[in-house]
Amino acid sequence: MTALQERPFTDRPEGGRLVDQFEYGLDAPICLTWELTYACNLACLHCLSSSGRRDPDELSTEECKALIDEFERMQIFYINIGGGEPTVRPDFWELLDYAVDHHVGVKFSTNGFRINEERAAKLAATDYVDVQISLDGATAEVNDAVRGAGTYDAAMRAMTNMQNAGMKDFKISVVCTRHNIPQLDEFKAIADKYGAQLRLTRLRPSGRGADVWDDLHPLPEQQRELYDWLIANGDKVLTGDSFFHLSAYGEALPGLNLCGAGRVVCLVDPVGDVYACPFAIHDTFKAGNVRSEGGFDTVWKTSDLFLDLRNPQTGGACTKCSAFDSCRGGCMAAKFFTGLPLDGPDPECVKGNAEFLERGEAPDSSQDHSHTGTVRNAPVPLVLSPTRTASGTRGRPASACDESPLVTGRPWETS
Amino acid sequence: MSMLTTPLAVREEGAWQLSGSVELRPEPFGALAYDFHTRRLSFLKSPALVAVVHALSGCPSVGAALDAASVTDAERPTYLAALQSLAAGGLIQERAA
Ligand code: SF4
Ligand code: SF4
Repeated sequence: MTALQERPFTDRPEGGRLVDQFEYGLDAPICLTWELTYACNLACLHCLSSSGRRDPDELSTEECKALIDEFERMQIFYINIGGGEPTVRPDFWELLDYAVDHHVGVKFSTNGFRINEERAAKLAATDYVDVQISLDGATAEVNDAVRGAGTYDAAMRAMTNMQNAGMKDFKISVVCTRHNIPQLDEFKAIADKYGAQLRLTRLRPSGRGADVWDDLHPLPEQQRELYDWLIANGDKVLTGDSFFHLSAYGEALPGLNLCGAGRVVCLVDPVGDVYACPFAIHDTFKAGNVRSEGGFDTVWKTSDLFLDLRNPQTGGACTKCSAFDSCRGGCMAAKFFTGLPLDGPDPECVKGNAEFLERGEAPDSSQDHSHTGTVRNAPVPLVLSPTRTASGTRGRPASACDESPLVTGRPWETS
Repeated sequence: MSMLTTPLAVREEGAWQLSGSVELRPEPFGALAYDFHTRRLSFLKSPALVAVVHALSGCPSVGAALDAASVTDAERPTYLAALQSLAAGGLIQERAA
């Protein structure tokens, strides 16, 4: 018995909307996250992978290279590398070069501590590498309360180095919380100042995020504020399509509205375990391991879990909701880690349908690599009262045409 | 990638090919196209469009590629428009006939 609802197997439709095609899965992921290590020099309160200490069983340099070879064979054109903090792996830069040499583009996420002038110059010199700096507050006060003392300054230093090196359009990645949603315009100003692109993503109750979820997840009126801001600015910011549950407010947000887990999205963790999504690191969503016979390709194409996820949801309370077509019941991981049924509403359902639901026990985590001792710049949680910024009427982007046999556009990246 | 800022019109008489920086990955619904220079991902949502794009470099003209992929007269405007968007995105480039 799995936690997934039984879904009848149905055949893929011919033609139709891209999102419907994606529901049936792809031959290879388009949004693959690879966490290189559980080691991290920080101890962010909301870390989705409960990182801190290296796992002794992490993939070796040779195993990593073999995996990159496999990505190349599967024509996985780019991957998102994260951690932990990937740059603490001594072979990080070697693996980055190896990926680029094998036609696998890389976007890697970092807290910026190790992006010095020299590294920034190297990064700026290659087309195949993109960098994403994590920043969870537009001010040091808000950021450091979640990420730890000195992390705001480190991020700014890294961004200055990259800008000076001539790197354009690197990403500033913000996890939206109760404390930083009032700062959306300030984040945009920071991104503009550094010639960077702003990326906003959703806080999920995954990893240590489960411990701070109740304190940090946006309040209902902030969700509306975020939605209005995204409708007004959506074409200029990236979201990894992570806010599609907000589409239930009315007009759908730009991008694909679906949970891509196991369909177009997956995670390879530092020990080679393959999960349906970076936010679903739990045995329930583990499809296999890249070290097994047949490697990643076989796990992606044939694991029972992924085949099951590639069937559209047909039952459950949400399918009767007027917003189901764009909201799709929200995020599977958010439901799972808050103890909600997977075929019911998202814990942040904007129609309020999750409020009166009976919650089961929130599941225990199946792994925890958090630091056990003291960490030099451990975060001290803030209690700030959120302030609302006024949101007026704004222009709305035209909806995409579904009829063309071609869809160009946003690189689809998640989460 | 084409260096042109205004893409040329894709006409049935013209000769085109997939750009050097672009790769196609077959998918059940058609293909993904990825441009390693612009890092843009596009989705070709019809196997016939994929067939046309594959046929471009081996055919003397766009019209011949449309024929090779059995695109009917009624569908031609749609496919030419799709090719035009591919050209605008730098995914296909004009070549000497
Ligand atoms: S909706 Fe949630 S579970 Fe699904 S892919 Fe996105 S983050 Fe993962
Ligand atoms: S009931 Fe389900 S589909 Fe409807 S808005 Fe809530 S989460 Fe979305």
